[in-house]
Amino acid sequence: MRGLRRFLGRHLLTAFAILGFVYILLPIAVIALFSFNDPAGKYNYNWQGFTFQYWREVLAIPALRDAIIVSIEIALLVSVISTILGTLIALALVRHLFRGRSSTNLLIFLPMSTPEIVMGASLLALFLNLGVSTGFVTILLAHVTFCVSFVVVTVKARVTGFDRRLEEAAMDLGANVTRTFLRVTFPLILPGIGAAALLSFALSLDDFVITNFTKGTVITFPVYIWGAARIGVPVQVNVIGTMIFLIAVGIMAVGVLVSVVRARRDRAIAAQAVEAH
Amino acid sequence: MTEIDVRLEGVTKRFGEFTAVDDVSLEIPRGSFFAMLGPSGCGKTTTLRMIGGFEEPTAGTVLLGDQDVSLLPPYKRDVNTVFQSYALFPHLSVEDNVGFGLREHGVPKAERATRVAEALDLVDLEGYGKRKPRQLSGGQQQRVALARALVNRPRVLLLDEPLGALDLKLRRQMQLELKRIQQEVGITFVHVTHDQEEAMTMADQIAVMNEGRIEQLGGPTELYERPETAFVAGFLGVSNLIAGRLDGGDVVAADGSRLAVAPDAVGGRSGAVRLGIRPEKISIAGGDAPAGASVAGTVREYAYVGVATQYVVDTAVGEIQVFHQNATPGMQVAQPGSRVTLTWDPQATFLVEGETQ
Repeated sequence: MRGLRRFLGRHLLTAFAILGFVYILLPIAVIALFSFNDPAGKYNYNWQGFTFQYWREVLAIPALRDAIIVSIEIALLVSVISTILGTLIALALVRHLFRGRSSTNLLIFLPMSTPEIVMGASLLALFLNLGVSTGFVTILLAHVTFCVSFVVVTVKARVTGFDRRLEEAAMDLGANVTRTFLRVTFPLILPGIGAAALLSFALSLDDFVITNFTKGTVITFPVYIWGAARIGVPVQVNVIGTMIFLIAVGIMAVGVLVSVVRARRDRAIAAQAVEAH
Repeated sequence: MTEIDVRLEGVTKRFGEFTAVDDVSLEIPRGSFFAMLGPSGCGKTTTLRMIGGFEEPTAGTVLLGDQDVSLLPPYKRDVNTVFQSYALFPHLSVEDNVGFGLREHGVPKAERATRVAEALDLVDLEGYGKRKPRQLSGGQQQRVALARALVNRPRVLLLDEPLGALDLKLRRQMQLELKRIQQEVGITFVHVTHDQEEAMTMADQIAVMNEGRIEQLGGPTELYERPETAFVAGFLGVSNLIAGRLDGGDVVAADGSRLAVAPDAVGGRSGAVRLGIRPEKISIAGGDAPAGASVAGTVREYAYVGVATQYVVDTAVGEIQVFHQNATPGMQVAQPGSRVTLTWDPQATFLVEGETQ
């Protein structure tokens, strides 16, 4: 009895953790597995046989290839625009006292808390009322609208934690306001800006609901999948999905690895320094 | 006449309702080691920040040499600061940290490298140039901060509690080293600290500050031997203060006993005063022996600390602390309850203001 309890006490947490990971990762595993399927008909739902064919022919479907290119173009532009805008907003919100600062702080959260369907519908209504024809540009505008919020939140965290004395030190050493920003502030908040840029890239690439309202005749990757689902999703979609997942995991793994190696090296050098003292 | 590097004229700094620095005037001569000493919140750091250019004075003028710099930004002043937390740039190597100011001032690369190497050499950090600040110990980071400021050869070096984060042993070592470096480079140092021992060890001149004002300014000996206010007497070391009234060059205590005062300590004072005497300047002897400057009393408690014995003696003029050097062999301690006589040389006394009612 006691042995069992001890066994449970020791392993229950591990068991639950594994179950949690299975729950999260199983759908992705299925997507990845079916990217190697060789379906008999147009539906890729039953395992038929193993093949590399669709990994080799990943860009074989012109419509899918075009959709991917459009999505990447939009995601790149969105991440550049919203990162620049969001970083400037974050700096202003943390650094400057101005009339309307607290309401700006509140408004920034609005696009994140508004249901996408509401935002999509109201954006469409706005574009129609203004007589703007929907398409590439309106998708871009819509994506920037919600990505900016995420950038502001991410960069703000970094700027808030910034030690202002470092800027004082730079000015003390002769750097004027611009030089101080370029040589000290910007390099130090860069990791936050980088994270924000990646986040907006991912959010833009992934968005369907808002895009669907503002797309006009443009077809992005999620829109393509949505359309294809009714007539049978090609295996290439699984391949591209798996690729995106692997790239994301790869970037994360590199990040973790770099910080682990760097921490270990710092500890070793610091230990030497203490001994030498 | 010696040249003046820093001159403050009636400098005041208010933050809203709070007055951090209140009408401070002082002159710091070239090449001196000047300390601003006081408890936290006394305005010493704010004063330093106004010299550095990080705060603008609400009133008054800050001069470097003959130039009014009151409203100039930090990057247009010929001063450099060693910050309390060092404020090293974490993304730059030690070399680039130290060379930062030279680069901003357009010093060519080759000269920069030589001067950075010299500066690292001065603070005993040769060979550490390629490291990042986080790969250094606290004491090493402190040295980098010092090198980063000194390499620019400023007119004045400001030090904002630079040793506060170091442990006691390292702090003592760095105190002597800072003093050595200051004598070596000959730059005016303005040092802010709340540690009276640190200020006395290093500085030629000390401004003791309290509630935004300078209580007293002088050399370490002057401040210790002849403090002019009760605050200074209590902040630098321990003092016995005996309340009384000045009468014919003596202080008449509350019980009527007359205590002699060093004539030059009287200054322009009159009326209610307090007579000060340092515990180590009092000799303690057994029994009653009435003499000139003698006070009889009863030992209340003692603490034997090896090198000396500290007594608390109850007397007719109040409680008096005595610091008795154990110079003779054997342990001789006046037990609590025993009668003793305390004597001191009137030359060792000083006067401060009377107790405020």
